[in-house]
Amino acid sequence: MSVLLDRPAALVRSVHRARRRRVRRTVAALTVAVLAMFLVDVLLGTYTVTMPDFLRILGGTEIPGASFIVMENKLPRAVVGLLAGAAFGVSGAVCQTLLRNPLASPDVIGVTSGASAAAVLGIVVLGVRGQGVSWLALAGGLLVALTLHVMARGGGASCHRLVLVGIGCAALLQAVTSYLLTRSDIRTASEVMVWLNGSLNDSTWERAAHLLLATGLLLPVAAHLAHGLRGLELGDDAAAGLGVPVARVRLGLLLLAVALAAVATAATGPVAFVAFLSGPIARRLLGGAVSLPAAGLVGALVVLAAELVAANLVPGAVLPVGVVTGALGAPFLLWLLVTGSRVGRGG
Amino acid sequence: MSGHHTLGARDLTLGYGAAPIVEELSLTVPRGKVTTIVGANACGKSTLLRGLARLLRPAAGQVLLDGRSIHDLPTRQVARVMGLLPQSPVAPDGLTVVDLVGRGRSPHQGWFRQWSAADETAVATALEATGTLDLAHRTVDELSGGQRQRVWIAMALAQETDVLLLDEPTTFLDVAHQVDVLDLLADLNQRRGTTVVAVLHDLNLAARYSDHMVALLAGRVVAAGPPRAVVTEATVGDVFGMRCTVIDDPVAGTPLVIPLGRKQAGPAASRAVAAGARA
Ligand SMILES: Nc1ncnc2c1ncn2[C@@H]1O[C@H](COP(=O)(O)OP(=O)(O)OP(=O)(O)O)[C@@H](O)[C@H]1O
Ligand SMILES: [Mg+2]
Repeated sequence: MSVLLDRPAALVRSVHRARRRRVRRTVAALTVAVLAMFLVDVLLGTYTVTMPDFLRILGGTEIPGASFIVMENKLPRAVVGLLAGAAFGVSGAVCQTLLRNPLASPDVIGVTSGASAAAVLGIVVLGVRGQGVSWLALAGGLLVALTLHVMARGGGASCHRLVLVGIGCAALLQAVTSYLLTRSDIRTASEVMVWLNGSLNDSTWERAAHLLLATGLLLPVAAHLAHGLRGLELGDDAAAGLGVPVARVRLGLLLLAVALAAVATAATGPVAFVAFLSGPIARRLLGGAVSLPAAGLVGALVVLAAELVAANLVPGAVLPVGVVTGALGAPFLLWLLVTGSRVGRGG
Repeated sequence: MSGHHTLGARDLTLGYGAAPIVEELSLTVPRGKVTTIVGANACGKSTLLRGLARLLRPAAGQVLLDGRSIHDLPTRQVARVMGLLPQSPVAPDGLTVVDLVGRGRSPHQGWFRQWSAADETAVATALEATGTLDLAHRTVDELSGGQRQRVWIAMALAQETDVLLLDEPTTFLDVAHQVDVLDLLADLNQRRGTTVVAVLHDLNLAARYSDHMVALLAGRVVAAGPPRAVVTEATVGDVFGMRCTVIDDPVAGTPLVIPLGRKQAGPAASRAVAAGARA
């Protein structure tokens, strides 16, 4: 470094390039890891498919037994897991950065609980099915976000208050979901179990297609707003000074984060703590500023890895993936709460 | 880049809720000059600066940039003309100094115009000017308060704007670095014609470095003009509610405020001042 002190521009270039290289390498490594984990999820398990067989199946060859399991079960599961994980990851990173608090992820402050409570309400009480459930989930998530916004406004700029209100909302909404479950008949109950923990067990191609469409629309918006997010990281005033239209970008990002969390929840139920964990893990890997692609990849990786554990931990049974992510995330949540001094310094 | 832009306020009223903080304030910032805003804590200096930087929407009146209401201009276009150093900026953990200062370049970048050699030069120049080049690879959260403040100033400099608004740029700085920063601003003003508007608490440094001063009291301008017209015993008494005596700065010849606390306010102090004035 010091040899470059007499050539300032070269020094700046070297620091800047080193940083970029690290981001590129991390994102590349994460991409490889996600693809590898995706394949492992599809190929391994109680019924193992070999790589050549898998390629033949994709090519359209019918292999008795294997074809059905891969095409109707494992592949749609993995696709839904990947997309939902990415959506949760980006959503969490956006919220945490925007509210400058690692606790402020949509799964901790009740947005995903709101989405699932609304979905369950629709299924159990109103008899809604299919795409309607997703819209209800979206509405539920937005409603919670709006409530938080209104309730936290009295507290000035305090994000802490918003987080506390949000945790309360989450608990309340989970109680609502549980109550609705006890009210439902046994067949509906098994159908809506997914809304309690989050699971890939009911993944179908139809669901995967919906999710692909929704994330395909929302993730480019995230990429577009990421520039503004990088400004907002420095505080509203500095961001405005840099030419970021603060109010508009902030609103856009919040809606985006809520929508991503809600569509992911509509597909998999509230898979615990994926949104909460992804941002901080990505940040740790990059050693610095927020990167939405990295957060999305981490989210996908977490879900796919948890799915591998969930599918193989107990022989003969497939646990909901949310149980595994919950077990992973809870210690981290506790750690954050205990080392409270860092709270408020950004995800 | 040479002082072509003008900034001013007309009947500006700003506030955060029902009660206005800044009321019907009119102000012309002299083009290509150094202006400082002084006043007691909570009198509305930061609020005024935020209003000028279109961070607050006026309840009434207008902020005018080149004669046009600033709220009608695209934010990015304003950011190429006017930079802002907020009073208490925050940097996320793990951000390097080069990264932070580099963000000052973002108004000049876009989808198709990414990081370039011009950005590198601007960042390097800003780091050099603020004496933070040797911190380039460090992360902002591991710097001292004064180092951090200089890095933030570097970010505002890297923005290369014609008008620069700074809210207390010298807080956290030791006395030598305070003078360094003000020298830096004076230099920028002289060499590039940058219009500088700064909130400062040190009246003596403000008087020494400003061409124009604005004294605020409860959100209103009580005095504006050259330092000698603003830094007077009467105005300081009004604005800060503090008795003082004003003498000539033996170095710069600008007004120098000697506070008279309650302790020194007796006849002995007056005698000492009188003796000093005779000498
Ligand atoms: N975001 C805000 N919301 C509500 N009130 C605010 C906000 N920011 C400032 N105020 C109030 O506006 C008044 C003026 O504040 P301002 O920050 O402009 O003062 P200042 O002159 O910069 O003071 P200081 O010298 O302490 O920085 C204060 O009474 C303050 O409480
Ligand atoms: Mg202030």
